[in-house]
Amino acid sequence: MADDVILTMRGIGKTFPGVKALDNAQLTLRKGEIHALMGENGAGKSTLIKVLTGVYSFETGEIHMEGVEGNMINHSTLEAQNHGIATVYQEVNLCPNLSVAENLFIGRQPRTKFRNIDWKTMNRRAKEIMDGLQIECDVTANLENYSIAIQQMVAIARAVDMGAKILILDEPTSSLDDNEVEKLFKLMRDLRSKSVSILFVTHFLEQVYAVCDRITVLRNGSFVGEYPVSEMPRMKLVQAMLGKEVEDLNEIANSEHKEVSDEVVVEAKGISHKGTIKPFDFTIHKGEVIGFTGLLGSGRSEMARCIYGADRTQTGTLKFEGKELNAKNPYDSIQAGMGFLPDDRKADGVIGDLSVRENIILALQAKKGMLHPIPMSKQIEIADKYIKLLEIKTASRETLISQLSGGNQQKAILGRWLATDPKFLILDEPTRGIDIGTKTEIQKLVLKLAGEGMSLVFISSEIEEMLRTCTKLYVLRDGQKVGELDGNDLTQGRVMAVIAGDADKKEEKA
Amino acid sequence: MKKKKVFNGNNILLLITLVLFIGMYTIGCIVYADKGFTHLQTFLNILITNAALIVVASGMTCVMLTGGIDISVGSLIAMDCMFLAVSMSRWHWGAIPAILVVLLIGIVFGCVQGYLVGYLNIQPFIVSMAGMFFGRGMTAVISTDQLSITQDANRLFYTWANAKIPLPAFLGYTNKKGKVIAPFLRPTVIIALIVLVLVAFMLKKSRFGRSLYAVGGNETASKMMGLNVRRTKLLAYVLSSFLCSIAGILYCLNTMAGSVQQALGFEMDAIASAVIGGTLLTGGVGNVFGSFVGVLINGTIVTIVNSNGKLLSSWANIATAALLCFFIILQSIFAAIKDRSK
Amino acid sequence: MSRENGLKKFTHSKLFLPLVSLAVVLLVNLIKSPAFFAITVKQGVLYGRLIDVLNRGSEVAILAVGQTLVVAVSAGTDISVGSVMSLSACFTTMLLAGFGVNTTNTIVMPLALGILAGILMGGVCGAMNGALVAKLKIQPMVATLILFNAARAIGLLLNNNQITYIRYEPYKWMGNFLPHVPIPTPIIVAAIVIIVVSLILKKTALGMFIQSVGINSRASRLVGLNSTMLCFLCYVICGLCAGTAGMVASSRIYCSDSASIGLNYEMDSILAVALGGNSLGGGRFNMAGSIIGAYTIQAITTTLLSFGVSTDQAPVVKAIIVIAIVVVQSPVFQDYLENRRNRKASAAKGVA
Repeated sequence: MADDVILTMRGIGKTFPGVKALDNAQLTLRKGEIHALMGENGAGKSTLIKVLTGVYSFETGEIHMEGVEGNMINHSTLEAQNHGIATVYQEVNLCPNLSVAENLFIGRQPRTKFRNIDWKTMNRRAKEIMDGLQIECDVTANLENYSIAIQQMVAIARAVDMGAKILILDEPTSSLDDNEVEKLFKLMRDLRSKSVSILFVTHFLEQVYAVCDRITVLRNGSFVGEYPVSEMPRMKLVQAMLGKEVEDLNEIANSEHKEVSDEVVVEAKGISHKGTIKPFDFTIHKGEVIGFTGLLGSGRSEMARCIYGADRTQTGTLKFEGKELNAKNPYDSIQAGMGFLPDDRKADGVIGDLSVRENIILALQAKKGMLHPIPMSKQIEIADKYIKLLEIKTASRETLISQLSGGNQQKAILGRWLATDPKFLILDEPTRGIDIGTKTEIQKLVLKLAGEGMSLVFISSEIEEMLRTCTKLYVLRDGQKVGELDGNDLTQGRVMAVIAGDADKKEEKA
Repeated sequence: MKKKKVFNGNNILLLITLVLFIGMYTIGCIVYADKGFTHLQTFLNILITNAALIVVASGMTCVMLTGGIDISVGSLIAMDCMFLAVSMSRWHWGAIPAILVVLLIGIVFGCVQGYLVGYLNIQPFIVSMAGMFFGRGMTAVISTDQLSITQDANRLFYTWANAKIPLPAFLGYTNKKGKVIAPFLRPTVIIALIVLVLVAFMLKKSRFGRSLYAVGGNETASKMMGLNVRRTKLLAYVLSSFLCSIAGILYCLNTMAGSVQQALGFEMDAIASAVIGGTLLTGGVGNVFGSFVGVLINGTIVTIVNSNGKLLSSWANIATAALLCFFIILQSIFAAIKDRSK
Repeated sequence: MSRENGLKKFTHSKLFLPLVSLAVVLLVNLIKSPAFFAITVKQGVLYGRLIDVLNRGSEVAILAVGQTLVVAVSAGTDISVGSVMSLSACFTTMLLAGFGVNTTNTIVMPLALGILAGILMGGVCGAMNGALVAKLKIQPMVATLILFNAARAIGLLLNNNQITYIRYEPYKWMGNFLPHVPIPTPIIVAAIVIIVVSLILKKTALGMFIQSVGINSRASRLVGLNSTMLCFLCYVICGLCAGTAGMVASSRIYCSDSASIGLNYEMDSILAVALGGNSLGGGRFNMAGSIIGAYTIQAITTTLLSFGVSTDQAPVVKAIIVIAIVVVQSPVFQDYLENRRNRKASAAKGVA
């Protein structure tokens, strides 16, 4: 290993049943640098980190760390910690009911000669640590009294005090405001000067450019490249993450001239959600397909949830078919004629121990209400209809949905919403984890439904999909709508430019 | 950076408890002064009657700190009492061996429950409910008759039970015949208070005690910080059952009998004392002094109900349950406020 | 080949555990006293050990119906059902006899009304439990612990601290025999409750909604279900069941003995649900299994009695059974079995 390098990961392979999470992934970390780890959903960022810190085992590859003999295989986070690798997660892993000082010293509290805890020494040392990192706080106060920002810093302080040479920060800024982000960056720079290496996992482009030295990009579990920040313009970074070269761009312009009616179906003004979405407007006409695009974490799903009423919106109004709709919960939206396919099908979509049939008719049944059960013959008819239409591979309609593959589960949930015959349907990542053939089917289905008068919102990480189906694209970045593209602007190049923020630059067309 | 002022519900709860106790006791003194409520002995009697409850409440606090619960305490006490009664009255055991066996029973009982909760991750309620029914049944297995421990059965035990520790006479009162009655305590109270102090010390000053708080506060974090969560939970239940056995001995010294009906509803009183004393059901917050005040409140309610000759003793039960309900709802509201302010 | 498949289908079916358990218990009884299955008719009513089990198991069966729903929707248990039985009984006897009267041959209000009041009192208790669990999100066990203790005390107060006897003949019908009907009434009452609840579950979408909420409440909300209301409803149903069971229990002994009615029945009802193959972690439920489980528990109680184990001592055995079931259901144990199976399979492959 070179002198200035503290960690190398080479040829890392990790497979889960049915999916190859990491394929020849690699990472090089130098001493005293802040290194960004970036990639879209499924890129393998969190898997790589879990492999490094011992949460997961790995099948191929080697990890070498300075000071550790041979191939370093951590079997647990504790072992990783003993080697000097510590992780601070988005959900701060500290005890809110204990004081700052205690959190710093849990499991290793200083003891008096009688073997009981020496509180005075502990508090004093805690103060020293926090002062050393220039964080002002009362170390005897309970952690829960402090903001997430401070809690994170306490977690970092604990890691550093326990001798971490490599500090992994997993999406630390998601819940911080600008001031707090600045303070965190100050701390990170300070640690860098003390030769701590920081691996910064984030999806906020601006922050990467503000504080990092190098960037490693992963895509589909593989290593794409490692770049010094100074040599990597935003556009190139976005392309590396999404997998497109500027020169290779085929402008998949929307050739079909879509007839969009003038009838407004949903009109939302000033909708915002505390902490995730800044106020935005949204209008969709009958038969229109609008896409939400942007990098992961830009707020696409959150925006969709706000429109659907799944999350409480703090501001704004929404009109459905001209009438004011104040949806306090999804039930109200469904009654009005909305549907919502969530992006996390496991947590928010699939009802595991119910059969495929039950999962498909569930939303329709909820819409009809408890007292109007759908007769079994009709249930069978509906279930069969969508099993056939979406080509859901299942042993029978009574099979438990948990036994289906991920893609088929997704199709069943899609069928669930189609069965309610909605006027407005939001599809959040409907093609994630689905084979190519079915992806195309679903895109065709979207166009067909739009042609029949349904209004749809289509969210996908794959821009080409959206270009093929949408008549308009909302571009999001960092929780805000930064652009609206339609007509001739619906090209890969244009979209990526707006995402990257080089909207002012006019890039060369191939 | 200044810390955010968060509505500190936990301190408020403890304050409410103290105020409640002082308020109740004062009312009792005012209303039932003629029944002797103002005598120091009334307060001392609360301590004497509830010596066992003080110990159990301390153990319950420890278990609840980890986010668990132990409703087997009442039946464990009944089982211990029955065993003491049978072993001393029928099998003619000495007091010391009988007591040692009872303590051992407590440790074994706690190990089984602790293993099921800590290592097999079974819900504490189910485990301790099974423990409760096991204990009740075992009491009947040992003997279905009601047995009392007489002086003949075991002289030593009998002496302990009737021992009095007199306090200075000036703290006493003069009765109707003009005789000065000095107040007294029993050794059981001293033992209970010593246990209380020891547990408090353990919770504050030992790594194990702090790990109870940590596990209850955030179990995932505790694991990631290197604490042995499973062993901590196991030991919490062992401690609870062990203290319960001590309480069983104190209870037996009080009642000098063993019967199947003993200590019915004891677990409710223990939980109520802990909750009223500021222990959060969700874990991570609580202290034994608060639970001690909770026991005092419980005792005050019973004394007030007894002083009023017209009220049935059931009212004490209902009052305690209502108070528990009130505090549980209060805790839930505070938790909701805290969530919303985040 | 098809016989193997048939056997495999049976072992994996939901009713495997309850049916096998019932079979084992019945077998033990049969071996001990072959006359177990004999049913005779004396004085126009059915007699026999089997009838006895069905008769005495009625309360547990009724409780099990409500408990199944509570477990399914909230992954918690209602430990107050036994005490609510007692409270309902005391409430009804108080209404029928008049407050303070401790024995009477006549009643001061229509019998039907009194019984209805008792059942509704159960519903009120269920509503209180439901409010604490569904609305205030308090752990079910703790929330129901309050009534577990308070309900009996309140019942005792309603009865003015005594046992109230209703020596009015028709009052005894519900717990014993209706005139000219050979089947013991409790069996009929249990059958009615089971049929009514089953109809509700079948004729409405309630069953599916409850399971949905129990399995994945987040997804259920997105689909438009009102988890809070559904959870509340289940606790109310459980309370109504407890009230009904209380009526039957009280009618048996034509009095309301606050201390003894429903004692230890909560354990039996939870055990019935567990023995019925339902997961105590909520979600999918099987009502038939719970009911079979309920009668199995009763059979166990009767069997233990015949072996000399009194009702006071029986809880020991039941505690062990419930722990055994819960341990086997626990994910840690399942993982351990899975590992052993995998190791054996790979060892076999290695040898082959």
